[in-house]
Amino acid sequence: MTLLAADDLAFGYPGREIGRGLSVQLAAGEALALLGPNGGGKTTLLKTLLGLLPARAGTVRVAGRPLESLTARERAQAMAYVPQAGASAFAFTARAVVLMGRTSRTGLLSAPSRADHAAAEGALARMGIAHLAERPVTRLSGGERQLVLVARALAQEPRIVVLDEPTASLDFGNQGRVMAEILRLRADGLGLLFTTHDPNQAARYADRALLLRGGSALAAGPVAAVLEAGTLGRLYGAPVEEVRDTATGARAFLPG
Amino acid sequence: MSGIALAGARAVRLGGPWLALLALVLAAALAFGVGRYPVSLLDVARVLLARLTGHAPDVAPAVEAVVLQIRGPRIAAAILIGAALSVAGTAFQGLFRNPLVSPDILGASSGAALGAVLGIWLSLGVLAIEGLAFAGGLLAVACVYALGAALSGRDPVLVLVLAGVVIGSLLGAGVGLIKSLADPYNQLPAMTFWLLGSLSATHPSDLLPLAGPVVLGTGLLLLLRWRLDVLSLPDEEARSLGLATGPLRVAVVAAATLVTAASVAAAGIVGWVGLVVPHLARFLVGPGFGRLIPTAALLGAGTLLTIDTLARTVAPVEVPLGILTAFVGTPVFLWLLARAERDWS
Repeated sequence: MTLLAADDLAFGYPGREIGRGLSVQLAAGEALALLGPNGGGKTTLLKTLLGLLPARAGTVRVAGRPLESLTARERAQAMAYVPQAGASAFAFTARAVVLMGRTSRTGLLSAPSRADHAAAEGALARMGIAHLAERPVTRLSGGERQLVLVARALAQEPRIVVLDEPTASLDFGNQGRVMAEILRLRADGLGLLFTTHDPNQAARYADRALLLRGGSALAAGPVAAVLEAGTLGRLYGAPVEEVRDTATGARAFLPG
Repeated sequence: MSGIALAGARAVRLGGPWLALLALVLAAALAFGVGRYPVSLLDVARVLLARLTGHAPDVAPAVEAVVLQIRGPRIAAAILIGAALSVAGTAFQGLFRNPLVSPDILGASSGAALGAVLGIWLSLGVLAIEGLAFAGGLLAVACVYALGAALSGRDPVLVLVLAGVVIGSLLGAGVGLIKSLADPYNQLPAMTFWLLGSLSATHPSDLLPLAGPVVLGTGLLLLLRWRLDVLSLPDEEARSLGLATGPLRVAVVAAATLVTAASVAAAGIVGWVGLVVPHLARFLVGPGFGRLIPTAALLGAGTLLTIDTLARTVAPVEVPLGILTAFVGTPVFLWLLARAERDWS
């Protein structure tokens, strides 16, 4: 079923339109990769789909309901956002950060309940980081911190998880580890939407890709069809080479 | 970090609020007992018990007067103001995502100072001066908030802080102007003394106008404390977690301003407490606001009470409170800075 549907969407900031005429579909159990050059509007589009920025035109529906009719609390119960892990002003423990994911399920004046604590522990365990629970996030590595943020998103019990460059600051090994953990969530029927700078990541982990250039879709569809050297070259305005393993059929893209 | 160290840190976090409460009780016992007219703790207990049960106490009338009329109100004011400034400072440090923020960052103290100095210059009565100080504090923050909202760009919190700094320095100039116009023999010393902060003139009748706003504002922050963790995240992240950050930010600013303006109106400018105590509390119970806010309230009450006891006992004349808080606060803050390094844990 379709969890997220944007139709003829125009997005941007007050007085500055960044994209127009865009349609996005995300189904349960599906991963959609958002690719495009810097300044192409990827993050702005994510924020518009999350309801953090108002859409300038068009409609966004979350599980059939218009996005603008949802309260902040209802939005958070449907969609979780994993931002790029930034610096934290306070040394909250990993457990405390994951517990923050329960905000939309807790009363304004309430302390986290037993159920909230259980959900947080469950999310930590699912991402395989239960042993980090008591550690201050300021002392975690980039990869560990990213997993904490994904666990926080899980504690929200959303139907859609939106990730902004989930592996941007990670080393090569952690990129694979974090993406593998994230992709397991598809099996639970969650819809995943992530941005990436790496076409190989999209080809490897996503079902479909949306190529965003200058605020509109250059191409959209199954990764096998959409991701090819010519289209990617036009997307980034630079030559891209495709290499293929003739034995397994695995593909990779190289810049330049 | 080893498992044992983690378990130890956890035990301290659980016991932290009780430690702060113990410190407050000890500070109160000390404050009642010492001074120019020493009173035994037994007599203090007798007077307070008699007051609670409605009987006449079995002590000399002078002892009763010292406990109920002189030290009692002053102790109550120190507890209220210490708790209020510490809770407001803790909430503001979260709201502004900056551990160097104090409760007067948005100009509450500068506005109150201008109001009080204006009242002294116009030779108004004590109540009118306190009223002007209170109104000045509220008005200053209202101006800052309106300015911040009008200019609001991508980062509403940063714009708010910058507006606070700008308005604060303008109000400081206003204070300087009135001081330069004031009568140098009568008014100027009164202004200077007020700006340095003191609880020496606390009268029983001062307690109600102080306690009203302080209980209201501190109570609101205590109620909202579980949401302050999320409010300390970047705005969009907090909203994506389902928090309506706009209304909550207004509530926190209003509550913190109410208690700061009421405190400054009653005691003059008492710096440092609202900056340092949140760090001490964080050191005890960690950064989670749910436990931090009540701990900061208890610790702040005990801290200001102890400093005020020092202010009236260390020298033959009263030492202004603002000077003592700076003398005590600076080394404590530097020690915390050295310990916590970059992560403020």
